[in-house]
Amino acid sequence: MQPGDELEPLRITPDKYLTVRYAGASGDFNPIHIDEEFAHEVGLPGRILHGLYTMAQVARAQTDSGGGPASLKRLSVQFRGMGVPEVELTVTGTVTEVRDDGTVVTESSCEQDRKRIIRNAEAELRLER
Amino acid sequence: MPVNTAAIGKTFAPATYAVGREKIREYAHAVGETNPLHLDVDAARARGYDDVVAPPMFAVVYCLPSVWPALFDEEIGIDFGHMVHGGQEFEWGPVVVAGEEITTTTSLKDASERRGNGFFVFESVSVNPAGDTVCTGLWTNIVRGV
Repeated sequence: MQPGDELEPLRITPDKYLTVRYAGASGDFNPIHIDEEFAHEVGLPGRILHGLYTMAQVARAQTDSGGGPASLKRLSVQFRGMGVPEVELTVTGTVTEVRDDGTVVTESSCEQDRKRIIRNAEAELRLER
Repeated sequence: MPVNTAAIGKTFAPATYAVGREKIREYAHAVGETNPLHLDVDAARARGYDDVVAPPMFAVVYCLPSVWPALFDEEIGIDFGHMVHGGQEFEWGPVVVAGEEITTTTSLKDASERRGNGFFVFESVSVNPAGDTVCTGLWTNIVRGV
């Protein structure tokens, strides 16, 4: 990997019940993610994706390019806007730096419906063979 | 209600999470992981691991028993109804595999008020049975209109 190289884009469409499965898998049962009525009551357009689910997609884009789970050493994201179920997510990223010790630094974002719901995600990778 | 900066530095009792094989698989399926290291014990053992490997973001699962009580701490006083997750950082050490017990300690690293919003930054430090730090997390939560 060299500066300017792009990560393989990752595309995934969370299905209607994804937020329920992710709530069970992660232990985060905040009703804004799983209860349509509650989400409307607090002024949201409907149930929203867990931010950490979306971050997990950014992480997958790194480990898919880095060669596996041990390759990802650091990931930092800012959450902006809200993700929703049943609309495709696209994670894209670019290598910004390769350090002398072999650490590959990338900058990524996650878009949904042309909105960036995660931006300026910075990752450090140690590539696996 | 003003942000209680006196609580900065407050450290919570460690919480231990036993990482299970089926929990890793359940999490991996939920986030769409297809790497067999997370799903197939034989594939993981063929690569030298004792059992299936947790995806890096599985950190949210083993951190939760430690981070959750901190979010609800009365002294820190976060208004959960107005809280949004503003940012997240993880730094990883050795990978976590099924069968390990991971112990996480959470503390309030910073609390401040900017433009009428409260910013609360928690730090979680997770260690494996060998004493290696497997993950350090920085959890930034924003409370609108404090």
